[in-house]
Amino acid sequence: MGMTFAEKILAKYSNTKELSPGEIVTVHPDHLLTHDNTAAIIRKIEPELKKYGVYSKSLSVIVLDHVVPAASEKTALNHKLVREFVKEYGIVNFFDVGVGVCHQVVVEMGLALPGKLLLGSDSHTCSYGAVGAFSSGIDRTEAASLLLTGETWLKVPDSVKMMLNGKLSKGVFAKDVVLHIIGDVSASGVNYCSVEYHGDVEQFSVDDRFTICNMGVEMGAKNSVFFVDNITKKYLVSIGVSSSYDAVYSDEDAFYSRELEYNLSDIVPVVACPHTVDNVKPVSEVADVDIQQCLIGTCTNGRLSDFKVAAEILKGKKVHPDVRLLILPASRRIYEDALKKGVIETLIKAGGIVLPPGCGPCLGAHQGVLAPGERCLSTANRNFKGRMGCKEAEIYLASPATVAASALTGRITDPREVM
Amino acid sequence: MRVWRYGDNVNTDMLFPGKYTYTCSTPEEIIPHLLEDLDPSFSKNVKKGDIILAGKNFGCGSSREQPVVGLKAVGVKAVIAESFARIFYRAAINQGLVLIECPQAVKAYREGSEIKVDIDAGEIVVGDKTFTFPRLPREITAIRDAGGLLAYTRKKLEAREKLKE
Ligand code: SF4
Repeated sequence: MGMTFAEKILAKYSNTKELSPGEIVTVHPDHLLTHDNTAAIIRKIEPELKKYGVYSKSLSVIVLDHVVPAASEKTALNHKLVREFVKEYGIVNFFDVGVGVCHQVVVEMGLALPGKLLLGSDSHTCSYGAVGAFSSGIDRTEAASLLLTGETWLKVPDSVKMMLNGKLSKGVFAKDVVLHIIGDVSASGVNYCSVEYHGDVEQFSVDDRFTICNMGVEMGAKNSVFFVDNITKKYLVSIGVSSSYDAVYSDEDAFYSRELEYNLSDIVPVVACPHTVDNVKPVSEVADVDIQQCLIGTCTNGRLSDFKVAAEILKGKKVHPDVRLLILPASRRIYEDALKKGVIETLIKAGGIVLPPGCGPCLGAHQGVLAPGERCLSTANRNFKGRMGCKEAEIYLASPATVAASALTGRITDPREVM
Repeated sequence: MRVWRYGDNVNTDMLFPGKYTYTCSTPEEIIPHLLEDLDPSFSKNVKKGDIILAGKNFGCGSSREQPVVGLKAVGVKAVIAESFARIFYRAAINQGLVLIECPQAVKAYREGSEIKVDIDAGEIVVGDKTFTFPRLPREITAIRDAGGLLAYTRKKLEAREKLKE
């Protein structure tokens, strides 16, 4: 019997020949991602750190991104503590305020390579399947333990095969695909499973794959993956990855606990309505809903290709007077590229407000918090009640094209009407 | 003992709002905000030994351990749900909070039913019906028995140190 991607990776990292779902193995991940929560993590283990030090200087990847620049004395103090820790223990991979959202930074800096295993104390760590890595989220205490010991346990998951067939129509994007799938399987539809994307995937850029893998956790997945192909290889060259890597592919005869098929040409622009990500409806069904804030960005859709699509729609136009349009680049590199290409200028001229690279309003801590009764249409990955800082506000999720089109009209709008 | 009954997809923002995630991390800071956006009466009235009963996908969303730390600190005996989200499940193991996946028990519950949980025996009694749940693998109970992951890690580090000597 062949093996799936997850089985192969976990076998490799636990020095085991064969594995089957349900088995528990001890692994040493290549990297451990932590962000602003590094402060809380190291506070838990101060005496142990003093006594034993960190397991390895190169294990940690630390990115300050969640509340940046600091919004209060308390968050500033957290950042300060993290910087001191980085210096004291010689942490190699540290990215201070302004470099970008952790997940984008990990991929962009070439730290998530094909066939690697990464864990992180953030649920969207599952994003790195976009470049063929196995990655998954853990909690703060486990991250603390990993910092000290370099190891943890993982259960071998069941694997689910998603066949994506056919071609996307105009005005429909990777975000619509993943929202459509979540709407279909539900927010817990693939709980604890490893999701593999197969089929006509060559139409998806690494940016698109990032969007799809990023939202894997919103259907309950442990990890999601697109296998390495020419598109991945080209992308890795473009970000200057020179080190070699070992791509891992599932076997032809691997066993899947479930196989699902989607016809991409049937998918239309959709939105996830409040307050769950699986409450997915075609844009046409919610087209009258008025909105006060639009957000294009975050680790889900804050890349150059996303801003380009938005800029095409907004070029030479002005956003609706009742709408605030927030632009949140996922990294400084993306911000620079978008500046060079004139994309930022187009967005600003249309009325966009550019925020510094980071998580910004995505988690409701600062920058663009909503007021009671307001509605936001966002390209982020979560629309939970209270997510953007106010429990009496509503969040809808959509593709950058849908958000840009809606920013013009002030109500949720099918991008095909303006493209 | 009291039963707190909630539905499907209770997410981490409902259990502990994200806006506090970088400013609250000790039990004292966490407890006043526990379940704030889901059930404002919870943190005021919850008592040691209470049980939470929920539907599918309890704890979905962020990697946020404050709700687990908080529920453990207020003395919740167990959360029984139809299913749990995986990061929340791991966080519970790491803090020693008991989670039991038992959809039958959740479905059998009616307002006012008496519930008893025997964790070692793997048994839940709801009214006059008894349900069993499987024991966790040894690798996981070892963490719980050590008193949570940090205590477990400390032991491991001490043992490594001894080997070096
Ligand atoms: S952008 Fe949003 S979803 Fe992404 S890491 Fe930041 S807070 Fe999390």
